[in-house]
Amino acid sequence: MFAYYLDLALRSLKRNKVLTALMVLAIALGIGASMTTLTVLHVLSGDPMPNKSAKLYYPQLDPRDLDGMRPDEEPPKQVSWIDGMNLLHAARADRQVLMTGGAGAIQPSNASIEPFFEDARFTTRGFFPIFDVPFLYGHPWSPQDDDASARVVVLSRKLNEKLYGGADSTGKVMHIGGKDFRIVGVIDTWRPTPHFYDLMTGNYSDSEGLYMPLTTAVDLKFPTNGSRDCWSNSANTDMKTANCTWLQFWVELDTPAKAAAYKQYLVNYSQQQKSLGRFQREPNVHLRDLMQWLDYNKVVPSDVHLQMWLALGFLVVCLVNTIGLMLAKFLRRASELGVRRALGASRRTVFAQLLVEAGAVGLVGGIGGLLLALLGLWLVRLQPSSYAQLAHLDLEMLAGTFLLAVGATLLAGLLPAWRACLVTPALQLKSN
Amino acid sequence: MQIKPILSALRHHKAGTILIAVQIALTLAIVCNALFIIQQRITMLTRSTGIDEAHLIRLQNQWVGVDDKHVGSLMQTDLDTLRRLPGVADAYATNSTPLSNGGWSTGIGLKPGGKGERVQTAIYFADDHTLDTLGLKLVAGRNFRSSEVVDQMQHDGLDPPQVIVTRAVADKFFPDGDAVGKRVYLGNKPSIIVGVVARLQVPWVGGWAANWEGRSTLVPRRLMASGTNFVIRAKDGQIDKVLHSAPAALLASDRMRVIPDDDGVVTFAQMRQEAYQSDRGMAILMGVICVVLLGITAAGIVGLTSFWVGQRRKQIGVRRALGATRRDILSYFLTENLLIGATGVVLGMLLAVGMNQWLMNTFEMQRLSWPWIVSGVIVLLALGQAAVLAPAIRASRVPPVVATRTV
Repeated sequence: MFAYYLDLALRSLKRNKVLTALMVLAIALGIGASMTTLTVLHVLSGDPMPNKSAKLYYPQLDPRDLDGMRPDEEPPKQVSWIDGMNLLHAARADRQVLMTGGAGAIQPSNASIEPFFEDARFTTRGFFPIFDVPFLYGHPWSPQDDDASARVVVLSRKLNEKLYGGADSTGKVMHIGGKDFRIVGVIDTWRPTPHFYDLMTGNYSDSEGLYMPLTTAVDLKFPTNGSRDCWSNSANTDMKTANCTWLQFWVELDTPAKAAAYKQYLVNYSQQQKSLGRFQREPNVHLRDLMQWLDYNKVVPSDVHLQMWLALGFLVVCLVNTIGLMLAKFLRRASELGVRRALGASRRTVFAQLLVEAGAVGLVGGIGGLLLALLGLWLVRLQPSSYAQLAHLDLEMLAGTFLLAVGATLLAGLLPAWRACLVTPALQLKSN
Repeated sequence: MQIKPILSALRHHKAGTILIAVQIALTLAIVCNALFIIQQRITMLTRSTGIDEAHLIRLQNQWVGVDDKHVGSLMQTDLDTLRRLPGVADAYATNSTPLSNGGWSTGIGLKPGGKGERVQTAIYFADDHTLDTLGLKLVAGRNFRSSEVVDQMQHDGLDPPQVIVTRAVADKFFPDGDAVGKRVYLGNKPSIIVGVVARLQVPWVGGWAANWEGRSTLVPRRLMASGTNFVIRAKDGQIDKVLHSAPAALLASDRMRVIPDDDGVVTFAQMRQEAYQSDRGMAILMGVICVVLLGITAAGIVGLTSFWVGQRRKQIGVRRALGATRRDILSYFLTENLLIGATGVVLGMLLAVGMNQWLMNTFEMQRLSWPWIVSGVIVLLALGQAAVLAPAIRASRVPPVVATRTV
């Protein structure tokens, strides 16, 4: 029966090519625009660490003075050196990492490459296990290297390819900022999206090329990237003691109970620092997990949301348009339907037949929409924004495209089909 | 033209009539808001920075293997090299520039130590060449003197004895226009306002600086950091030449530096292009959607009206046989469409205002003003009339003889 309906549908669609083309085009444009924007949103609001995000937490403390204090104020988004080091060495979490973004001036031993700057992560060793960073060669530096400000470095795969042609470079010595560093490892391709572990250096930045111990970079006064917030304007120039927050601190807590305990620990720590006179405010702490942290920072650009709503509005107009056109198309065939009804077809079969026709339009529109979405995503990738290269259609969205297209068109076909199957056979037969 | 028969005819096509009206309403709401967003983005991306962008180049330089303390002499040597270069009118070194989207901001107020009322201001490091290089207009006071320009380490507190502020900052604290000679506080020590410039945009073009984009403060300081920005003013018609000769001259004088390949040396025209890329993209996307939306709505009207014309051929023939002129038939369909369109736009105006309200709550949009809605209404009504014209003309050509054929 379905095959017969399909045949009828195709015949009917062929009979009025302009109207059919108009319906398919409207569906395709609406679906194409919606799927492009939904895919971008899907990519940007994804979970960067799907296996682990619920266990990663970002503690916030409030070490500021009382100037300009407002009620219910958020604590700073980063920690100071003293607090960071205190929390790190207290080691109350299952794992912890203290870090900042920075840059290293690389003077390649290969004279054919000009000196250049590479984005760097100045971090404690915990970075690699806590974020499951995959290693291509070698391994992370040792805890002793952190303590001794050792001049060791881990490279990204991309940087290793640029400098050493992709060969195993562990053990080699490279010049960074005029100093010698020993390469201990090379990490494999790794680009969490968003760049959640440090939103100060860009929400969707590529991961860094250089990784070196935080203590080493700070002792050598390497330039840092990101944001630094200072209070009680002082002439203190030493980054280790200045009243400034400039470091990111992450902890891994395996169970919710541990997270609750850790939050209490942060409160106790703030209390203790207040009684020591270092903190002036009442304990003001936050412990958000990864996804909450991304939400709180409104990582997904509002333009992307705006574009999605615009595209969905566009799709709704396209669907209303399709309903109107389908209504015209079905009612124009009232006499034909009248004959079928008179020959014994039930309302239900006529309804089914018309819905098959609507579904066929939806399917063809879906294919058109898919092509338009691919075109749209290609255009998005041409944009210079940092997230542009990430806009690709995955299988989930591909299936979603067809479901949305066929589902929406069937929905649009309901009213016209219902109206058309209400025709009175006798009246239709009489008038012709 | 009688409206009553039209209304009673429409009652027989309720579904189609409602669909067209709804489609017109939705289109109006979306198009009004989209056009409004386009206009806002265009206003934003054509804002003046206050500097003479056409003659300016930014060169990002990073000295390698140098302690921050020793940057001063390197900076002076480089500035001398740049200022002597043929085609260069002037140059200075700074931490940041307008359109760069990265810089230093702090509170400024009338009381020391962060107390009292304060507003956010961008801090630009400057010297006695800055005003000439950028082409800034002093509206009051004087430029910095070279003796006032001193070195500052990166993490030191910022308490310059003199500052030059933009009129936006001056008017905030001294609305009577007598800011010159007055004290303001960035930190704990007072700064005397020695000059006021008309306009200088902050480095950030969007989002968080939107409410204070004109509040900038120039401080007579040279930032002792291994990375610095040189701003170079080229003489008329020499900018392309300087774009190549400036980095070459710096590298020739000292190779221990990095000037990034991709964005190390750029004109301010390029910086403007880049800074507003996403806003321009958004405006173009909105424009395309508007055009396509109007096209689809017009096509929908053509489609449905054609169907009605086809359906009513007999009635049209009867009317023609009873003495109606072609004009009468034409105006019948035009009036019918106008009635549906009018219902649609009334609904659409409500929808547009509602949608704008929602956008204001969710996306910090401004309030949609009436001229936008009115122009949207006119566009849609005109579009409806244009779309219905072809089917209506076809209807008017139905010969009276049709009436005699099939009934």
